[in-house]
Amino acid sequence: MTRKKRRLYFVILGLLAVGTAAALVLSALRQDIVFFFSPTEILEAKVQTEGRRIRLGGLVEQGSVVKEGAKVRFKVTDGAHALPVEFEGLLPDLFREGQGVVTEGRMGAGVFLASEVLAKHDENYMPKEVADSLKKSGHWQGEEKK
Amino acid sequence: MIAEIGHFALILALAVALVQAVVPLVGASRGNAAWMALSGPTSAAQVLLVGISFAALTHAYVTSDFSVMNVAQNSHTDKPMLYKVAGVWGNHEGSLLLWITILAVFGGAVTLFGRNLPPGLKSRALAVQAMITVGFLLFILLTSNPFARLEPPPLNGQGLNPLLQDPGLAFHPPLLYLGYVGFSMAFSFAIAALIEGRVDAAWARWVRPWTLAAWVFLTCGIALGSWWAYYELGWGGWWYWDPVENASFMPWLAGTALLHSAVVVEKRDALKSWTILLAITAFGLSLLGTFLVRSGVITSVHAFATDPARGVFILGLLVVAIGGSFLLYAVRAPALKTGGLFAPLSREGTLLLNNVLMATGAGTVLLGTLYPLFADALNLGKVSVGPPFFNAVFLPLMVPMVLAMAVGPLMSWKRSDLAGALSRLKIAAALAVAAAIATWVWQGGSLGPWWAAGGMALAVWLFLGVLTELAERIRLFRAPFGQSLSRLAKLPRSAWGMTITHAGLAVFIAGMTASSAWKQESVQSQKIGETITVAGYAFTLKDVQNVQGPNYLASRGTFEVSKDGKPFAVMQPQKRQYKSPPMPTTEAAIETTFLGDVYAVIGDSGGDGGYVTRLYFNPLVVWMWAGTGMMVLGGLVSLTDRRHRVGAPTRARLPAHSVRA
Repeated sequence: MTRKKRRLYFVILGLLAVGTAAALVLSALRQDIVFFFSPTEILEAKVQTEGRRIRLGGLVEQGSVVKEGAKVRFKVTDGAHALPVEFEGLLPDLFREGQGVVTEGRMGAGVFLASEVLAKHDENYMPKEVADSLKKSGHWQGEEKK
Repeated sequence: MIAEIGHFALILALAVALVQAVVPLVGASRGNAAWMALSGPTSAAQVLLVGISFAALTHAYVTSDFSVMNVAQNSHTDKPMLYKVAGVWGNHEGSLLLWITILAVFGGAVTLFGRNLPPGLKSRALAVQAMITVGFLLFILLTSNPFARLEPPPLNGQGLNPLLQDPGLAFHPPLLYLGYVGFSMAFSFAIAALIEGRVDAAWARWVRPWTLAAWVFLTCGIALGSWWAYYELGWGGWWYWDPVENASFMPWLAGTALLHSAVVVEKRDALKSWTILLAITAFGLSLLGTFLVRSGVITSVHAFATDPARGVFILGLLVVAIGGSFLLYAVRAPALKTGGLFAPLSREGTLLLNNVLMATGAGTVLLGTLYPLFADALNLGKVSVGPPFFNAVFLPLMVPMVLAMAVGPLMSWKRSDLAGALSRLKIAAALAVAAAIATWVWQGGSLGPWWAAGGMALAVWLFLGVLTELAERIRLFRAPFGQSLSRLAKLPRSAWGMTITHAGLAVFIAGMTASSAWKQESVQSQKIGETITVAGYAFTLKDVQNVQGPNYLASRGTFEVSKDGKPFAVMQPQKRQYKSPPMPTTEAAIETTFLGDVYAVIGDSGGDGGYVTRLYFNPLVVWMWAGTGMMVLGGLVSLTDRRHRVGAPTRARLPAHSVRA
């Protein structure tokens, strides 16, 4: 075994590992990443949402939360449009009307069927995506963070 | 007054660190012994000054001195003492001070325990440490002063986020930082070696215990965080591939690879420049982790610093530290003499395979963690990269690694035959296949996920592979039994360390597979007196009462749980409402058994007279914690190996043609 041969072995091993990883990453990037949309983007049909797993974010509309046993209905709004959401399960501790929320799931017939409502650990926390989409729709109320 | 002393001590520490970063380095290149020796007293002074500063902040927290802004924002008089102290590092400024304190302690430890280090290497390594200290001290003093005063002081503080008021999380940051900062030792030694232009077995022997200690702390810290997420968040999961979790997992992967490649440097004098690269990478990823967590660039639960000035500062620090060291590496690494040769099929070869897979794994985690940033910057849309991505990319890369883990230790150094190693693993292979079939049949063919059978087979393969290696070592059944026993008694601690750690990973894999594959869950609105059955456990909701805690109000549900008609446990999950800051939390009730955790969470009233309850059965969860515990224990056992403390401190004489700095 010469130095050159060993180096070659090293390089082949590296290429093999990186190649496998690249193939896995590319296929996963096609299937397994989740896009984030605001209610406006979905309702104005700017984006293809059918059958795909997506995230929907915005504010929980005031007075929209209805609980029926373990099922919860509420509306997510970005100020311009509001989209009804259905969720079955335990809401995160910091879920409140008027607060920012991110939900993950699929679009049903006019209703977003959420399988997850994301919890955050801080009461002042506004998910960055939600803040950006509120700014875009011109309904950002908070002060600009310095 | 005490806060000002703390602030002043930090400024003095900066001045001392500047001296320590320059003088010993110059001294080492000029061969001036007095200048080199200055690294000793300066690092001791660092420990003292930063220690005073840390003590001053702790004093402010313990006495609830709300004229200090940091205390007013993060503490409260009715908080239990443990969380007043933990509050010191439960915020951005304090956690940075903790980082610096640990850095100083590590530097002091080098001075204390490194008496037999060659003066050149020691003074250069300490100078590099001081450069890191300078960076972080500037960061604290310029952007995140923990001692800023508030005028007038408020009557009471705003309190600590109640989710963080938990014993598990009180110790999570210090352990994590001991790990992160511990890798700075390997980093400093690597840079010092690059400046010196030599890496040899003695170098690896000094670096290994530091890296191992850092690895043990980091493993502990990650496990504690994961355990906390499991019992405190009430989601029943323990790992979410959250950016912050990834931030701590990447240095762990690189550090694990480093531990293994340093073995090759020590034993075989090979893989030297690769080891240096790993040492730089492990610490670089630790810095990146700090950046990701502290700068708020990524949506995450820990992002408390949203001040862009801070983000830019850390990014600058990151660029200088990582960019500078990679540049130095590019210039100096080719001058490192390559050492021992080995065939692809050898112990070195399998360790290299482990390294390549670990590094690739860390790379994919990095890519997945940063992808949302890139996508946003390149206008590819706002995306989130979550568990499906990592499970599809990272786990397949780990399969060949675990397969090789059983084989590697059976191979001999330099050149080995694979057939011989594999033939010794016949029993392990047969039982692994048996485990796969048994799992498949038990879960009813394709009713359960197909990979569960694979996961269980891997766990069995690795565990038996580890036992096979141990049996080989003591020549069990091949030598008289008494001789095997005496060999067992004489095994070096580092061998025991490897055996325990690898077996721990096998136990962990079994637990991880079972809890991911066969978790059973039921979410419903449950009325008082109603019984819900999950995985054979019948949960009857008896009542829901209001109870008063020291700084919260809770509604507490009482479940009577029975299995097969026999009473199993009374479980009392709570939903708490804290007063300062006003915030609700969920306290899950967990009953742990050998075969799985019974887990109950109570939520709000569902509006129809019932309460929303979430009931789980999580199989083999305790195996994961036990497996992690074994990994930590193995690391500790290996650390006590006296070969790590004595022996091989003398270096071969410098060959005349070697590169001088």
